[in-house]
Amino acid sequence: MTQLLVAPSRMSTTQRVVTGLLHSREVAIVLVLLAVAAVATAKTSSFLFSANSWRDLLLTPSILILLAVGQAVVIITRNVDLSVGSVLALTAYLTGRLFIDNPGIPIVVVFVAGLAAGAVLGLVNGVIIGYGRVPALVITLGTLYIYRGVVLSWAGSDRINASDLPSGFLSLGTKSVASVPVLTIIAVAVLVVVAYYLHSNRGGRELYAIGSDPDAAVLYGLAVRRRVIGAFVLSGALAGLAGVLYTARYGTVSSGAGTGIELQAVAAAVIGGVAIFGGSGTVWGAAIGAVLLVTINRALPIAGIPDFWQRAVVGALIIGAIVLDRILAARRARKLIEARDDV
Amino acid sequence: MTSSAEPAVVLAQVRKAFGPVVALRSGGLTVYPGSIHALVGENGAGKSTLVKIIAGLYRRDSGQFTLHGREVDFTATAESKHAGVAVIYQEPTLFPDLSVTENIFMGRQILGAGRRIDRPAMHAEAEALFQRLGVRIDPRRSALGLSIADQQIIEIAKAISLQASVLIMDEPTAALSGVEVDRLFAVARSLRDEGRALVFISHRFDEVFALCDTVTVMRDGDYIDTRKTAETSVGEIVALMVGREVDNLFPKTVATIGDPVLKVSGLSSAGVFHDVSFEVRAGEIVGLAGLVGAGRSEVARAVFGVDSYDSGSVTINGTLVPRDNPRAAIGLGMALIPEDRRQQGLVIDASVSRNIASVVRSRLSTSGLLTTAIENTMAGAWAAKLEVKTSSLDIDAATMSGGNQQKVVIAKWLATNPSLLIIDEPTRGIDVGTKATVHGLLSDLAGQGLAILMISSELPEVLGMADRVLVLCEGRITAGLSRADATPEAVMHAATHSLEVVR
Repeated sequence: MTQLLVAPSRMSTTQRVVTGLLHSREVAIVLVLLAVAAVATAKTSSFLFSANSWRDLLLTPSILILLAVGQAVVIITRNVDLSVGSVLALTAYLTGRLFIDNPGIPIVVVFVAGLAAGAVLGLVNGVIIGYGRVPALVITLGTLYIYRGVVLSWAGSDRINASDLPSGFLSLGTKSVASVPVLTIIAVAVLVVVAYYLHSNRGGRELYAIGSDPDAAVLYGLAVRRRVIGAFVLSGALAGLAGVLYTARYGTVSSGAGTGIELQAVAAAVIGGVAIFGGSGTVWGAAIGAVLLVTINRALPIAGIPDFWQRAVVGALIIGAIVLDRILAARRARKLIEARDDV
Repeated sequence: MTSSAEPAVVLAQVRKAFGPVVALRSGGLTVYPGSIHALVGENGAGKSTLVKIIAGLYRRDSGQFTLHGREVDFTATAESKHAGVAVIYQEPTLFPDLSVTENIFMGRQILGAGRRIDRPAMHAEAEALFQRLGVRIDPRRSALGLSIADQQIIEIAKAISLQASVLIMDEPTAALSGVEVDRLFAVARSLRDEGRALVFISHRFDEVFALCDTVTVMRDGDYIDTRKTAETSVGEIVALMVGREVDNLFPKTVATIGDPVLKVSGLSSAGVFHDVSFEVRAGEIVGLAGLVGAGRSEVARAVFGVDSYDSGSVTINGTLVPRDNPRAAIGLGMALIPEDRRQQGLVIDASVSRNIASVVRSRLSTSGLLTTAIENTMAGAWAAKLEVKTSSLDIDAATMSGGNQQKVVIAKWLATNPSLLIIDEPTRGIDVGTKATVHGLLSDLAGQGLAILMISSELPEVLGMADRVLVLCEGRITAGLSRADATPEAVMHAATHSLEVVR
């Protein structure tokens, strides 16, 4: 046949990996992150070079990384989970109550309980969305208020204090192994496992397929409903884990814990290159997005920027990321069409 | 050929109803291995429903369905896939964000150690598949930006890698050009020679007779008859489909041709079309022919002002039409009925009357307010005039058949009282019976003095309807033929002419 379509890539494997890396969103955000850190350090050298600053740099984003990873998985399936802030508050308060009501309870049991509670709350989201065929935005907005309402009526004006918690548990929040905080190790371990699943497991690839074109996924015979429910269970479980770690890190939990953090998780994923309409992006990007978001929030006061403008900067970053996405997507589409016509 | 003793697929007396609507009353189809079987029928005859039952998207209410001699009842697409049935839908169903390879293997990726996806093995397998199909597509590129033809090749590669014994293609050629159709047919024949059973759904009879050995006709949800293509004729099949002889598919009436309405001179747009000049007179139907991708729709869009152009001019009734301004074009009496009805021509989720009234909305409103009653009065008159078959003007356009949707779009534009009508693929996806109605309508409109520019990929339609045929090839007008001179050979020669020079 004489008709040629799209010539196969002639690049070698290493070439392909290198160009792929150079064009990747993850590398771009790392560069922005380094630039922010460099500017802040130039302004105040203690931003990076002091006893606590290295630890803070790693420790502060850990909880948001967990939420952003869960959020990224959900967004990849063309859904969104706004209830994670409330799930975090519920499991954080649950953690405190378990220690208060069951003195001497093993820490492992508390972790399992937090994970399980979060998973159940995520399952509720997933089942309603999967079977009700209602947009996730609406359902999780509803459960955001319901779950928060549960915390409010359960905790009331009561709060968990550091003195209520065993010291072994509290030290988890601040302890480091080889100068890396334990919280960060947990977050990175979760990140690696989820990233591997998404990249190299059938189930993970199907999540991308579902987000890319849900109707086509049905025609392919993929278990769309099961996968979407699974994504929400994962997001809920990670929010549950984040709740336990929140208690360990801060020591105090009130009913208002984690208010608004769900939007930060969405922002981190979007900044990290997870397309809001699903089908593309990686949890690596979402995690780096989380680090960037937290680091910017820490760097701006150092740079002497007033509080109001800090929020505006974060907003500009989100819009900038989306505009950049549009431009890059348009360019990519054009290139792909050219590659097709370039016979 | 393999033994044709046992049929690959047998459906008999299959019934499927959606609530009160019976989509399939008594569907039947028997396909043998090593055969390409055409399934034809008007829109609404139940072909798609039958295919969806085979694919496992729908479950039949009653009737018999056996696959390779075994009774089956699929409840999900995964089951039919597993049983060796592959369906290529009219609109390719690929995941745009994922690579070509992932699209082929989604859900059944090659796994290495520890159930890890083995990407290198998948890429190698995909390359082998493309080699076999005689095409070159980078297995690593994403599916985004591939032409419909390439996407269909990927669907076929998917079907082959599935080891599908039954392959169903639902109007696969609707969006393909001549060369691409030939390639698809070559692939289909080689699959047939391997002993697979193919089902081919098409509205184009030349293709049915060129490719298929057997043809099954359906009408109104019923199985009508199965014939060998060698022993039947187009006329006979059409008669079976509509239940009556369609003696005149193109009821072209002679209209008096008046003064030029549209004058296009020297229209150029870099990389799209070059130096396009023509005119359309009152009462004249000018056919714009050419292969897919020749720039026909692009010229129409530029004339109407949806897309801009670099140089040249467009005048209507002697008035210059400003470029890049469709609103001005409408004001000057131009109407454009786009190729893609569902996406560009209709507000699919709005009622019939709202659709018809949409362009003239500002003219209908009284002191800025628009009531449904005013819309309905205006729309009712038009709907009646064009015989739009609908139980009520309030029903959503989405639920109507393709032919009726097209009538609604035409009504919408006629309501603006245009002097020029540009219509892109007037009968794409419309069944034979309704086609004649649309053609009759266009002919009548021309008779009333409307100038019509008609773009069509169906050669018989162009030749049957047009007073004059312009042929576009790679963005240039390569021929202007009068009705008498316009033979299929002359048009095809002009449409492929510069291709031959270039290559």
